[in-house]
Amino acid sequence: MSEYFTLITGRTSEQGQGMHQGKDSAAYRQATEFVEMSPDDMARLGIEAGQVVQVRTAGGQIEVPVHGGTLPVGLLFIPMGPMANVLIGTDTESTGMPPFKGLAAEVEPT
Amino acid sequence: MSTVVENVVCSFCGCLCDDIVVEVEDGKINRVRKVCANGRGLFTHYDPAPRRPTVDGQEVDWGEAVAEAARILNEADSPLIYGLSSTATEAQRKAVELADKLGAMIDTTSSVCHGPTGLAMQAVGEPTCTLGEVRNRADILVFWGCNPGVSHVRHFARYSVMPKGTLTPRGRRDRTVVVVDVRPTTSTNMADLFLQVQPGADFEVLTALRALVQGKQIDVPTVGGVPTAQLQELAERMKACRFGVAFMGMGLTQSRGRDLNVSELFTLVAELNQYTRFTVIPMRGHGNVAGADQVLTWQSGFPFAVSFARGYPQYGPGEFSTVDVLARGEADAAMIIASDPVAHFPNAAAQQLGRIPVIVLDPMPSLTTKIARVVFPTACYGVDAVGTAYRMDGVPIRLRPALPCVRPTDEDVLVQVIEAVL
Repeated sequence: MSEYFTLITGRTSEQGQGMHQGKDSAAYRQATEFVEMSPDDMARLGIEAGQVVQVRTAGGQIEVPVHGGTLPVGLLFIPMGPMANVLIGTDTESTGMPPFKGLAAEVEPT
Repeated sequence: MSTVVENVVCSFCGCLCDDIVVEVEDGKINRVRKVCANGRGLFTHYDPAPRRPTVDGQEVDWGEAVAEAARILNEADSPLIYGLSSTATEAQRKAVELADKLGAMIDTTSSVCHGPTGLAMQAVGEPTCTLGEVRNRADILVFWGCNPGVSHVRHFARYSVMPKGTLTPRGRRDRTVVVVDVRPTTSTNMADLFLQVQPGADFEVLTALRALVQGKQIDVPTVGGVPTAQLQELAERMKACRFGVAFMGMGLTQSRGRDLNVSELFTLVAELNQYTRFTVIPMRGHGNVAGADQVLTWQSGFPFAVSFARGYPQYGPGEFSTVDVLARGEADAAMIIASDPVAHFPNAAAQQLGRIPVIVLDPMPSLTTKIARVVFPTACYGVDAVGTAYRMDGVPIRLRPALPCVRPTDEDVLVQVIEAVL
């Protein structure tokens, strides 16, 4: 069963430090290839920490493990990086800025 | 032999902390002190040894690489120059000169960062101040849609929350800290007041704050997820402060509304000056992304998304901004300077870079150097190359590198490419 969320992407400490080791390094991939979700949402959907889910947006889809985070119900967070960028579209609404935050994202346990 | 170089400038982020201590032994950096966790890697993961440029992955002489770069740019009908945020102003102005000579588009990482802030500044102005004024005067700090605890790690300690200044002798105890975000973060731990906004509702909350500052009544219990009473409290605190500063980030520029969110914040700040002194400073990400805006503006009149295709500069966010240009397949060659768009662009735009010839100037390997036809491994500004960078508050800082420079700089390469193109 899938459910729609609002997705934001952004910086983390691990992402900022891991980039110096190369953005194809294991450290950077570990720092950027997961989705954070409210523990309440995880419980409602029956998702365990570390379980892989499929995240789909109009831009694309990825499969990543879930981490519990201090997020309000209904919000997802993925660290900025190549994995998150699969989900980001290119409509900048005439500003140059892609929609890195506030995307409608569908989550489905795999 | 070991030497200690003091007051080195860390060029990683827009804080440009200029008190870094670097110990150098046998020409290599042995130890770095005072630097934050984000900036440390700039010093410890960069190998300053000279490397040869590559064409199609094969090492070549510098002259051969320059000739190939010039050939690519000369053959292109619609070349694009992008990046510029981690290089010095001296190289940035050469990049603009090259764009002018080629009739190219030129854009900076601002377009996926604070480009919407630039649009807001053009719409409503920029009520600004320096970080020195923040340190010495500010008694209320509002961090809106930014998380300096992870992105600008020394900002709180060195520039904003903690420093003891002329009119803030007790440091933290003389300041009220407000954080506005859609979720609790590392930075919200520092807050006296945390306003949790619903995602995408910043514009509504800012409009409500403007109304409350003007003394109007709001007869709904919450706005954008924030209790109206909390907004009323913030409005009164802001009007009553001696010197207020709003710091803003990607939470506004990348969310629904983009530049309109920023315009609303800048308007609120401007209006607060009817009651007290209030300013706003964008939390600039890369070390010299503020310089890229400055240089492009004083050379072309516009801060980003500029095209010289008609022989004079034209401004076009959405038209000449790089993600748009790549998504529409409108560039047939690209020169990427000191940035890594393959790692940071939406997939469709990043993949387009793999379909056109790409020239990269970068001190370090990146996902973009992996797909590039020509790679120039240049010196790293602030570590081994001298130059100038603009801090997030628009103050130019002269970089004081810790190591002797043995690699060509971005500026050196650009001068040669400018001479080589038609």
